[in-house]
Amino acid sequence: MKKFKNSTLKQIYGYLFISPWLFGFIFLTAYPMLYSLYLSFNKVKITADSGIVTEFIKFDNYKYAFFTDVSFVQSLVNFLIQLLLSVPVIIVFALVIALLLNSKVKMKNFFRTIFFLPVIITSSSVINELTQQGATQLPGLSDILNISAITDTWPVYIAQPVNYIFNNLITILWFSGIQILVFLAGLQKINVSMYEAAKIDGATSWEIFWKITLPAIQPLIIVNVVYTVVLLSAFPMNPVSPIIRDNMFNISTGFGYASALSWVYLIFLLGFVGIYALFTVRRGRD
Amino acid sequence: MERTESKVKSPERMAKVKRILLGGRGSYGVLGNIFIYMLLIGIGFVYLYPLLYILMNSMKDLEDLLNPMVKWIPTHIYFSNYEKAFKVLNYMPTLTQTLYVVLLSTIAQVISSSLIGYGFARYNFKGKNFFFVLMIVTFLIPQQTLMIPRFLMFQKLGLLNSVLSFFVPATFGQGLNQALFILIFYQLFRMMPKSLEEAARIDGANDFTVFARISLPLATPAFVISFVLSMVWYWNETYLSALYFGNTIKTLPMQLQSFVDSYRLLFPSGAVVTDRLNESVRMAGTLLTIAPLLIIYFIVERWLRESIDSVGITGE
Repeated sequence: MKKFKNSTLKQIYGYLFISPWLFGFIFLTAYPMLYSLYLSFNKVKITADSGIVTEFIKFDNYKYAFFTDVSFVQSLVNFLIQLLLSVPVIIVFALVIALLLNSKVKMKNFFRTIFFLPVIITSSSVINELTQQGATQLPGLSDILNISAITDTWPVYIAQPVNYIFNNLITILWFSGIQILVFLAGLQKINVSMYEAAKIDGATSWEIFWKITLPAIQPLIIVNVVYTVVLLSAFPMNPVSPIIRDNMFNISTGFGYASALSWVYLIFLLGFVGIYALFTVRRGRD
Repeated sequence: MERTESKVKSPERMAKVKRILLGGRGSYGVLGNIFIYMLLIGIGFVYLYPLLYILMNSMKDLEDLLNPMVKWIPTHIYFSNYEKAFKVLNYMPTLTQTLYVVLLSTIAQVISSSLIGYGFARYNFKGKNFFFVLMIVTFLIPQQTLMIPRFLMFQKLGLLNSVLSFFVPATFGQGLNQALFILIFYQLFRMMPKSLEEAARIDGANDFTVFARISLPLATPAFVISFVLSMVWYWNETYLSALYFGNTIKTLPMQLQSFVDSYRLLFPSGAVVTDRLNESVRMAGTLLTIAPLLIIYFIVERWLRESIDSVGITGE
């Protein structure tokens, strides 16, 4: 009897502790999600006297987004290309820096302080100022490698993103602060004796990296990919964000259309992460 | 004679040289080390370059700015860019407002994250795993999807144009990237031994007392990480704040966004050449915007680093 009572009490305490989240999830996430899904099938007008007026228009908002509004699809495609290019660059870079920091170097803390600095100061307005002054371009890189001359002959949809990467190299690298720490934590957990055993068996550092280090941090790569996608998707400077916000207050399109766009965006992001996860899981099984 | 001798010795000597240069067991050798340091310094420079650029350019006067010989170091230190930027950003009132918004939201977010993380880490209740997965999934939902219905809700509830539009979601576990903070607390509380808490419970303390008196003080690393990251993210947020706050609250990054317009209002162009907006003034404004964060970061940096080392930043 007492045991039963205890465990019930435990359950109640558990719910009490997470109650802020439960309450918040229902009223600030679940309900808004459903509400915005509802809005996305409506034409929404907001008037001063009667408040929010909705008119059911079925899939018209979605149709408009895909078949009439050229800018949305184009920016979604641009964002996809940006993701496909920046995510691997960020992940590889974060991994390289984490590996370097994990080796026996002096002044490790000094370097860690520097590599974490962008996390502290990156905001869209700061990046915007820097981009306008050309401070996000690597000095001298354009002298050594005239990238636009090379990409001139390429199709626009390849040339444009490649130029983007080179012109925004610093900005892209600035997004890897948290990911470095995640990798570093993972690397520090790998058992040193594994390395030693491999070395005694005559494995080279190269082999050790591919056979021991990489498999050990494989789950962290997934974590980092997801984190990077979330980071880039939330960043106000990605091509999709301003379109969604501008449409909210656009008289001809309004909240309904903006909701439809935001749902397309949500499904796009979940799809991107989902497809990536599917690939890694399948590869892991082989 | 000599020749043969050197031939005999040379493989050995070569091996030794090779070991020093390329490294053997447990070391990278001289070349390896040089390579690592060059990479670290090179990447470090790339990371710092924009900051150095801001710092150097913010101190140039018009003459230095136009002089092609002056690329990096200004000929003399010139502070009047800062004076102008200070005025344009309306600095002290804006800073106070920024701190007010950021600190309130951050404190709410950190406290609620610790409660929620503790609940998930220490209790078993029906639907726990389901809720936990839901909580992590919410991390993937972009703000763009949530902000439209939330905007309408906040409008109805009168939360718009005030700090409440940040404070309320943070209190209820739905703030900026809050799933991450809940996860950090969850992980730390799971790592903690239960024995201390049980001892307190035997002494008759109830669960909230145990949480507040015993578990919380041990969770300092999670507090440090969450507090710094949460503060930084709220500070740098401009997309949602522009939507929720409208023109009533202006944070420093928002003020920086409208720097050009504010400048034109304060210094109507054309009157004096030196009063025209140039990149030095804008760089000074940028530096003023990030300066408080930099100062805080360098104060807590060591603390933050140690906390991250002891907790880690994500679960696996």
